[in-house]
Amino acid sequence: MSVPALSVSDLALAAMLILANAALSLWLSLAIARDIAVAAVRAAVQLLLVGLVLKTVFESSSLPLTLLIAAAMFAAASYEVGSRQERRLAGWWGYGLGAGTTVLATTLVTLFALFTQLQPQPWYAPHTAIPMLGIVLGSVMNGVSQTLSGMTAAVARERNAIEARLALGCDRATALRPLQRRAIRSGLIPIVNQMSAAGLITLPGMMTGQVLAGMDPVEAAKYQILILFLLAGGAGLGAVAAAVLATRRLTDERHRLRLDRLAPASRH
Amino acid sequence: MLELDSLRRLAFGPYSLSLGDGECVSIEGGSGSGKSVLLRMIADLDPHEGQAILDGRRCHAMPAPSWRRLVAYVAAESGWWAESVGEHFEDSTRAPPLMAAMGIGAEALAWPIARLSTGERQRLALCRALALAPRVLLLDEPTSALDHATTLLVEAVLRARLTDGVGIILVTHDPAQAGRMAIRRLVLRGGALAEQAT
Repeated sequence: MSVPALSVSDLALAAMLILANAALSLWLSLAIARDIAVAAVRAAVQLLLVGLVLKTVFESSSLPLTLLIAAAMFAAASYEVGSRQERRLAGWWGYGLGAGTTVLATTLVTLFALFTQLQPQPWYAPHTAIPMLGIVLGSVMNGVSQTLSGMTAAVARERNAIEARLALGCDRATALRPLQRRAIRSGLIPIVNQMSAAGLITLPGMMTGQVLAGMDPVEAAKYQILILFLLAGGAGLGAVAAAVLATRRLTDERHRLRLDRLAPASRH
Repeated sequence: MLELDSLRRLAFGPYSLSLGDGECVSIEGGSGSGKSVLLRMIADLDPHEGQAILDGRRCHAMPAPSWRRLVAYVAAESGWWAESVGEHFEDSTRAPPLMAAMGIGAEALAWPIARLSTGERQRLALCRALALAPRVLLLDEPTSALDHATTLLVEAVLRARLTDGVGIILVTHDPAQAGRMAIRRLVLRGGALAEQAT
């Protein structure tokens, strides 16, 4: 299993496509040429840096170093979840709730995979653990951030309906259940779509990589199935945890709706 | 029956008030004077200081949902969480007589919420609360969207409840309505409750 190494000129040739994009943007006044160029440079620099870091970590096979990388990935994902919220929870909850549920769901699912299906030696072997963590983290992050934004936006928008139910003697779980359901569904739609389209419309990136690297396509497909199931499990766990905790935080023990615990609308 | 002891929230209050069986107390006052804040505190929908006591039972000594079934708050702006009118009643067999008394036919139970006029929403929100047979009604401008004839229908329904011993705290902008309904007329001014000079 060996992949032909890419030369600098190979990448330069591919960069022509980016330049063509930019030229099109200028020609059609899309005003996106600059963004495309910056994003392309960012992608190149970020990926090469990650490649270098991972190379070092893989060669060291050290637990502290692996945990450090994991912590950095968690921090970046947590920031991303928090900053994607249209209406954030006030105070440290704004980032804390999304971060906590993302880390929890990702850790559980990744450890599950490492100790059952993959069983690298040692269990934290960075060349298995870090890519697994990364791919699960991405899916959990999307599920959690979508669910949380759905909850906080809906609670603010549907205040009258929720309080009408509370005023009629509903408890907080009943009054918020429809919103919870909708938010969790919206958090899980991307992974459901991804599973439905896998193989037919898109060949998932990981499987493509393995096939390019010379793996038997059926073996690659099995790996991809495993990954998709892990992603769905992680996203589901994260979305449900986020919705339940957000419901608790946005209400109190007297079954009141606590919109004062939402930060003022930002950005949008 | 209902005792309010120094209810206070943010800059509003303390409010103390005593409501007897079958009594209606009206509360008037300008916009932003805290009328809705007061009703919401009584229904325990916002954090507050002080306490409310119904028939000797303290609000905070019972679960909030049980309290709110006894002390029913009907907001000025009604909220709807399902598609059709009927789904908003816990027991929709109790709705038709109440609706009829307010001039709405039973067929409205099948209507989608989007089809209702503001006045219909206002009356149906009141029906929904009355169907729970609460001890106290906290009404925030319950007839603001209704014409005079329909207002009188609603008032007749409320008066029948008063006869049954239900207590009503009625927030209204209409001094004539306060005159028709209330045994005591209060006014909220500068964060304090005072008797309305008549």
